[in-house]
Amino acid sequence: MRVEDIMRKNVVTTQPATTIGEALLLLRANRIRHLPVLDDDKLVGIVSDRDLRDALPSRLLTHDDDDTVLHKPVADIMQKQVITAHPLDFIEDAALQIYEHKIGSLPIVEGNRLVGMITESDLFSSLIELFGVNKPSSHIEVEVDDRVGMLAEVSQIFREAQVNVTSVIVFPGKNPGKKNLVFRVQTIDPRVVTQLLLQRGFSVVGPTDGGVIL
Amino acid sequence: MSRNARLIYSPDYTTYYFNDDHPFNQRRLLLMHDLMSSYGLLAESDIIAPRMATDEELALVHDARYIQFVRDQGHSKKELPQAASYGLGTEDVPCFQNMHESAALIVGGTLNAVDAVMKGQAEHAFNPAGGLHHAFRGRASGFCIYNDCSVAIAYLRKHWNARVMYIDTDAHHGDGVQWAFYDDPNVLTVSIHETGKYLFPGTGNLSERGDGSGYGFSVNVPLDAFTEDDSFLEVYGELVSKLARGFKPDVILTQNGCDAHTFDPLTHLSCSMRIYQDIPRLAHRLAHELCDGRWIAVGGGGYDIWRVVPRAWTLVWSEMSDQPLEDGDLPSGWLKRWQPQTDLPLPTRLFDEPFPAIPRRAEITEKNRITLERAMMYAPTEASK
Repeated sequence: MRVEDIMRKNVVTTQPATTIGEALLLLRANRIRHLPVLDDDKLVGIVSDRDLRDALPSRLLTHDDDDTVLHKPVADIMQKQVITAHPLDFIEDAALQIYEHKIGSLPIVEGNRLVGMITESDLFSSLIELFGVNKPSSHIEVEVDDRVGMLAEVSQIFREAQVNVTSVIVFPGKNPGKKNLVFRVQTIDPRVVTQLLLQRGFSVVGPTDGGVIL
Repeated sequence: MSRNARLIYSPDYTTYYFNDDHPFNQRRLLLMHDLMSSYGLLAESDIIAPRMATDEELALVHDARYIQFVRDQGHSKKELPQAASYGLGTEDVPCFQNMHESAALIVGGTLNAVDAVMKGQAEHAFNPAGGLHHAFRGRASGFCIYNDCSVAIAYLRKHWNARVMYIDTDAHHGDGVQWAFYDDPNVLTVSIHETGKYLFPGTGNLSERGDGSGYGFSVNVPLDAFTEDDSFLEVYGELVSKLARGFKPDVILTQNGCDAHTFDPLTHLSCSMRIYQDIPRLAHRLAHELCDGRWIAVGGGGYDIWRVVPRAWTLVWSEMSDQPLEDGDLPSGWLKRWQPQTDLPLPTRLFDEPFPAIPRRAEITEKNRITLERAMMYAPTEASK
């Protein structure tokens, strides 16, 4: 999945001369937290809700008639070193950028032109889709040895049971030398699959009689 | 004996039939009907036959192309190529002859129940064939082709502009109904179900609370696996009474799936027959307290068709028709007629012997209580009024 598949293409932007007051209104009206700053279509900076709030006087100060700050341009406070991504980047790389730099959003730039934005919550929503939890499905978890061909063997069983798989996740298991495979399958009745898996000697992780969801 | 209730029933309901190996089997309704009759709970005047819902009625919720496809597929000898894109021809919802007519009959049954109640023919009505809460606007899912609950709610909204409280105690999340009315503040959907961590459909999280002006009007309580009677009823009792008194519905629609029973092969809840007496009892009381008695009940899941469904829905009807049953031996005629037809030993009493306690009962109870508190946070409860 690439950034261009999930990015927002209608981006709310500002110019360097936009005032801080206007920028605040834009954030509130659009319920967003980041505003890219464009100079003739070229990305020259970004301001976040936090930058804007930092620029405001404390609400505990008594000079509430002092609104000079609101008339200053965002160019004065914008972050000029903008971390960006390209539309053809993989979304996992975009996620890594956001995580490593501890930022909330990434402007997407192609040939010096701003073409989109992605935010933390866009990535979360893609993650939910990747996990398949937005589609009606059952969760089947299998613990397997960490060696060649296990995923293929398990997948074969889903084919035999004629069950459509909506998502697959592989993650390192709790036990050394093991991997856990999590499938979301499109059925309300996973008994056939579960039985086949058990018959072939796989260990299926499920709710236990102890009443604990593992 | 009060005759304020109607049962919507016909043996024709069994034409909604996938195949011999399929867990959803409306033969359960024959067993149920025979058990009700054996108990002497049914007079001829109690029964209303179902009718087929019209395309127009189905289209209150369903996509016209989907309806047409279901009809075409049901009249076709072989599987049509688009079937899979409508969620049909899967292991869950295989295609069968005349599937449109059979599915529309179930919806029409629920609409007959609505008509009986809203037009004052009866205070309450029960369509045990209904409760197909997984079907979506343009897609079959989880054994369900048309969503009779959603159509009934849309029908109540359209013709009576009624505020509807939908209470779903099936072990699976009532996803189709929830999403159909997710942004509607006049329809309060409440679903108590086994957590979707493992179980189909996976949704029904606490955080699904509705959208836009409907925020707070979808309520979900995902229970821990292996929840038993006391905890289930504690959650149900507090949740449903508070929400009903806060929301003040004009009519209550209950989905009475009975797959939370410990015998059910598809789920992991550990309840006994007792809950199927207590669940409808509270709904009944609230309907009288808040809605002039207007209460419509439908069936739903229930995949132990021998040991669970007949007793559970007989209890729903006994409550609805004010003919209370006490524990005791099941009518011997019923046992004689049905025992030879199954290898499973049929229960001999109405209620279950106590099942062995679940080892971590205390933890599960505590966890469910916390879930309940959080579920009610943004919902229209009595205290918030």
